[in-house]
Amino acid sequence: MPVVELSYTRLQKLVGKVTKKQISDSLPFLGLDIESEDKDLVRIEYSPNRPDYSTDFGIALGLQGLLGIKTGSVKLKIKKSNSYKISVKSDVSKIRPFVTGIVAKNGRVDDKTIKQLMTMQEDLHFGIGRKRKKSSIGIHDLDKISFPLIYTTTNKTHKFIPLNSDKEIPISEILTNTDVGKDYGHLLGQSSRVPLILDSNENTVSFPPIINAAVTTVTPKTKNLFVEVTGINKEDAEDMLSVVATILQSAGFTLESVNIAGAKNSSPKFDSRKLTVNSSLINLTLGLDLKTPKIISCLKKSRLDASSKGTNVICSIPAYRFDIFGPMDLVEEVALGYGIQNIEPTLTPSQTVGETNLVSLKLKSLDKTMIGLGYLEALNSSLTSKRVLYDMTNRDSTKIISVLDSKSQEHTILRDSILPGLIENLSRNIHESYPQKMFETGTVFTLENPVSEKINFSGISAHKDANFTEIKSIIQSALNIGFGIQIETKTTTNPTFEEGHCASIILNNTPIGIIGKINSKIVENYKIRVPVVGFEISLSESILKSI
Amino acid sequence: MSQVFHEIEKKIITSLRDNPKQTPESLEKSTQLSPDQIRRGIEWLKLKNFAIVTESQSSVISLGKNGIESLEKGLPERRLLDLLKSGPKKLSDLQKELGFVFGPSMGLARKNNWVEATSDQISIKNSPSELPGEKTLKLIGNEKVTKDKLDITDLSALLKRPDFVIEDIIKSKKISLSDSAQSIELSEATGGIDVEAKVPQVFVARTHPLKDTIDEIREIFVTLGFSEIFGNMTQSSFWNFDALFTPQDHPARELQDTFYLDKINAKKIGTPEQIRKVSESHKKNWRYQWDINEARKMVLRTHTTCVTIKHLAENKPDEARIFSLGRVFRNEKVSYKHLVEFNQIEGVVVGKDASLRNLMGIQREFYKRIGITKIKFWPTFFPYTEPSLQTMVYNEKLGKWIELFGMGIFRPEVTKPLGITKPVLAWGGGIERIAMLKYDLDDVREFYNNNLGWLRSATKCQ
Repeated sequence: MPVVELSYTRLQKLVGKVTKKQISDSLPFLGLDIESEDKDLVRIEYSPNRPDYSTDFGIALGLQGLLGIKTGSVKLKIKKSNSYKISVKSDVSKIRPFVTGIVAKNGRVDDKTIKQLMTMQEDLHFGIGRKRKKSSIGIHDLDKISFPLIYTTTNKTHKFIPLNSDKEIPISEILTNTDVGKDYGHLLGQSSRVPLILDSNENTVSFPPIINAAVTTVTPKTKNLFVEVTGINKEDAEDMLSVVATILQSAGFTLESVNIAGAKNSSPKFDSRKLTVNSSLINLTLGLDLKTPKIISCLKKSRLDASSKGTNVICSIPAYRFDIFGPMDLVEEVALGYGIQNIEPTLTPSQTVGETNLVSLKLKSLDKTMIGLGYLEALNSSLTSKRVLYDMTNRDSTKIISVLDSKSQEHTILRDSILPGLIENLSRNIHESYPQKMFETGTVFTLENPVSEKINFSGISAHKDANFTEIKSIIQSALNIGFGIQIETKTTTNPTFEEGHCASIILNNTPIGIIGKINSKIVENYKIRVPVVGFEISLSESILKSI
Repeated sequence: MSQVFHEIEKKIITSLRDNPKQTPESLEKSTQLSPDQIRRGIEWLKLKNFAIVTESQSSVISLGKNGIESLEKGLPERRLLDLLKSGPKKLSDLQKELGFVFGPSMGLARKNNWVEATSDQISIKNSPSELPGEKTLKLIGNEKVTKDKLDITDLSALLKRPDFVIEDIIKSKKISLSDSAQSIELSEATGGIDVEAKVPQVFVARTHPLKDTIDEIREIFVTLGFSEIFGNMTQSSFWNFDALFTPQDHPARELQDTFYLDKINAKKIGTPEQIRKVSESHKKNWRYQWDINEARKMVLRTHTTCVTIKHLAENKPDEARIFSLGRVFRNEKVSYKHLVEFNQIEGVVVGKDASLRNLMGIQREFYKRIGITKIKFWPTFFPYTEPSLQTMVYNEKLGKWIELFGMGIFRPEVTKPLGITKPVLAWGGGIERIAMLKYDLDDVREFYNNNLGWLRSATKCQ
């Protein structure tokens, strides 16, 4: 979840007449988690579906609604202007076909506002921009640009001074030598041409989606902004722009339109959408009985506009609220406007009879039996390591199931057996008193269509007199007394076990497991100083077979 | 109060009541017990706070070889003076009579002016009736005498000379009774043992503490009318993500958050209709090219929701309460608060009562049954539910609100493509977190360390 850092005093100024406490009490009910607080600063986690909450301006809009200070939808006031044009050349269509933009004038850009806008840009890039793939933003100092602009392509020898640099660098070098070039260069594909925004003096404005030109950098002296968004589809680019436009208007800028034409591009409209929801869907879903005027006032508190027609509520949704897909999303907006804290939970009697799964019941019986036999239950991860699973126990590792790019070396391979984990557990307990007896039941994985999951049962006993007879008595009694199953043992060899002390466990002429004295070399390698005996059987092929 | 004592203890107490402060040796004499019996008896009584043992040390003086000779024959200088009593003697005669003590005795006698010498004659000059050391010599005799009983000045005359006296440091114990032992009544009964003594620790075999919590939670939901279903931990991305309206380019699906199985893809992921409708929902709502090969990639399930949604898609019940419980996986760095693998419970309610208030009611009831009454609900976001809430519970120990189960109503974008027509309430969350509160653990890894020290000592019944 993305995080945004805010200042309470700044928020108080933006929201209007509120106390710090009112703000901190209300934030969670907008769906914002307070991650940490330090005096005036507060760090907030917001949901990626609400990019408008990536700045304090957006959060202030939400708080105003919830606290009833300003309700209803935020309307963008965009002055029609003919001064700003972008013409789009057709050669961009194969690389990054769409551009859109807006001009924001007469704002005050202090350091804190710049910081908010920068984190908004990063969050938009990462979230709805899908790491700049779908769409990306450039925010520029308007007064350093001479319109009209063209959105075109160039080859990689084209040079300009990129952001945070003081010399001209060819695009080929930006792609290979800078962090942003290395991170996002792949978005441009194999083409020899790359997208570029040029102004009327042929100065580079931006090399989307990689980097802006240094000349248009926004500083605290900047008054007027030009924002462009490029992307692979028009709707996504305009969605992103609508968030930025809404935030900039809330930050005190006056918006002016940018004309866009050429190669299937057109000027953004920022139209609101109409969506109808029936009040009965709202009431049934929430378990409430709200009349339409109440529903409308709840929606307004969620900064939407609404009117009623019979039992239908017709909602008007501003462009930046593209997280709203359908009527069910409006149900949530009603719930938020109503206040989740005002919804009293109810418990209606169940229409169904509950049942524990038979597998759980059988496993529980087995647990009880093993405890009666003096065995302590252990739990190990299913995702373990090659060392524990194969190397330390001499097992065959040709059919391993591994996961990609695990962040933990201890967890890279799905276990196909439980016993190796239990042996490893003994090695961590060599300073605890003996006898040590443990068992575990759990899922094991094998390569089969594509992965087969079965439940195994393993037990282990370690003490100075541990021997084959003891462990065979245990598995024999557990299965016979617990489940009425008779097993036999047949001599076999297995690299995990000591030769001459190892047997297959046979049920109805089918091998279901293995038992024996753990190979003394393994025990020694684990620095365990007493003999160890153990077994492992498949429960899926024995007591769980008929389920 | 009367108390049962061992025979040895009784004899010692009785003897000490007659004679309050004794050494072990004197107790041996008075009780007729062996030194070993006395030693054990004193030890037992001391442990029970009936006997007080004070240890002291003292210096003891006895005679050495030269001292014993002097006791028999007199000090060398006494023998010299005795020889001179009958008149002056020649030096050579005295030498003959006294042998090798002549030198030292002569030296001492001249230094103290007891004798005087002319050219070859020695005669008494001023003979004292008692020589330095003579009194002490007699006092010690053949015994061992504590130093504090001797005249230190007189003793020093002997201490200076080689092998006249031997000084030993002796440690001694004095046993006395404590106040409670003075008055306690000695029971007639015999053969009593120390029932208050420490005993060796034995360990109970038991189910794993985490498993106990899992079983408890399972039982609560069964009694609330839910039935348990099972599903695989390895799942196709289709059921883990696509069917739950998580777009294929969503950050949560990336390698860094999800465990993908290396080179393993599912052949069959769903019915052709399910695949077609799910892909259409994605294309329409998320505006991207849906790729079936992405959906085939096998993952370790990131939640158990994939199990319930698959069950609902296959059975399409009009009325149901089901849950699934098991391990889920996240590609995270393991730390005191994160595991790569943990347990989750996740359930759904399908039917006419399926409202957000009911969902909240079921949650409240569940928390009440695990002993948590201070709860509240906050809105949150999940890709597959709308509205979505999370439960916050107040933890008294930590003094703060912590996040537990999430819940919501499955989005129509999830249910419709799978042919599920009734509203579905869904809730779920991690179990380790609840178990940590229950067992007062700060480090979630403890559940999977199989550390016998902890497993053997964690309180079983809570």
